[in-house]
Amino acid sequence: MRTLPDQEIVVVGGGLVGAALAWGLARRGLKPLVLDGEDLSHRASRANFALVWVQGKGVGAPHYARWTIAAARQWPSFAAEIMEASGIDVGLRQWGGFTFGLAESEMAMWTEEVRCVAEALGGDAPEYAVLDHAETARMLPGIGRDVVGAIYSPLDGDVNSLRLFRALHVGMLNLGAGYRPHSDVTEIVPDAGGFLLKGAWGEVFARRVVLAAGNGNTRLAPMVGLAAPTLQSKGQILVTEKCAPFFPYTSTTVRQAEEGGVMIGDSQEADTSSIATDQDISSVLASRAIRTFPQLGSVNVVRSWSGFRVKTPDGLPIYECSPTHPGASLVMCHSGVTLAPHHAHLIADAIADQAAMLADKRFSGRRFHVSQP
Amino acid sequence: MFHSLESPKNRVKITVDGKHIEVDATANVAMALLGAGITAVRRSVVGNAPRAPYCMMGICFECLVTIDGVQNRQACMVPVHDGMTISSQSGARTTEEGGK
Repeated sequence: MRTLPDQEIVVVGGGLVGAALAWGLARRGLKPLVLDGEDLSHRASRANFALVWVQGKGVGAPHYARWTIAAARQWPSFAAEIMEASGIDVGLRQWGGFTFGLAESEMAMWTEEVRCVAEALGGDAPEYAVLDHAETARMLPGIGRDVVGAIYSPLDGDVNSLRLFRALHVGMLNLGAGYRPHSDVTEIVPDAGGFLLKGAWGEVFARRVVLAAGNGNTRLAPMVGLAAPTLQSKGQILVTEKCAPFFPYTSTTVRQAEEGGVMIGDSQEADTSSIATDQDISSVLASRAIRTFPQLGSVNVVRSWSGFRVKTPDGLPIYECSPTHPGASLVMCHSGVTLAPHHAHLIADAIADQAAMLADKRFSGRRFHVSQP
Repeated sequence: MFHSLESPKNRVKITVDGKHIEVDATANVAMALLGAGITAVRRSVVGNAPRAPYCMMGICFECLVTIDGVQNRQACMVPVHDGMTISSQSGARTTEEGGK
């Protein structure tokens, strides 16, 4: 039985991706309803490292590199737009990012990645520099002796991701979207002219549906003729007490939030479905952070958490309209922060316009099929 | 404001912000500071407001001080010892050894 009024369009998932899409759809005058899960649902949006990151992305996938770079370049104007819609400053700091090499082999790997992307993109490649220890130390005097070098890319940065999450939610509501928490969608039944979305909370009819449920898409996508394969990828983060500013840039492994707390992360575990943090992983994270910035050795860790990445088999986003169920589409990616400007603009616009393709066709989930059509 | 109900059996010498005082050898640092009339032990990271020991049991993290060069120690959780050097803090801790 339908427990809510019929809807024109429902977004399943209220994380960074779902909220950015609903924000963009509402901006276009639609009144999307966002159905969100439980407080304790696994949420990449609450566990992430908050980077706006370009460096090294898109090796062997220049379309993804271009997509990412364009999003990063949009971030300053997007941050201003969010501020206007929500009144919330998301704390964008695009002051440049480092990838630190603690061994020559790591430096070789990072260097090869950025070189490959630059070669594939030619004149469109983002600026980067390969620095040795001395060059890194000139920019960051506190760097440890174990840092053999670093890749520096001026386009990289970070935001306050909890404020971004909040700002997108406030903004989408201000623009006319609706939001229902505790509304985990467990079943989608195609129905005349649309879809019935069901869960323990009730049932709603929607003419169109956008799946933005992160790893939850894997279960929902087949119900509307789509596929959303994912790999298990758990990440863990340590957070220190607030410290006086010492690192005015950002990096994949260590960043200092604007309030002063230091976030230490970038672990990847593929073989566990346990959400609990693991002390062996914490000690590796802490040890690498201290080798990078020895002055962190005396700083207290006050929190740690873990989360599951939304990771497709090739790590790239899936943007796709259902070929068999018109009106259903799927949006999922690992980089919900970096790509938020695209989700709020290009992807939301494509959905609003009922375009046949949401983005470059290479982002279709059909790339994972055994035989390509 | 605070005084001990019993006379201390033994005393130790500590230094607080350069000032030498004698305190009960069985006290923790927060007790010792309060007993010596020092109620504001630091200034807050945000807003620079004065802060004092509050919970006295390791929960609230209000009583952070620098003890023997180590910043952000919880004063209520550290027993005093003879020759201890304590300094009050202002703003966020630094990442330098030995405080500011």
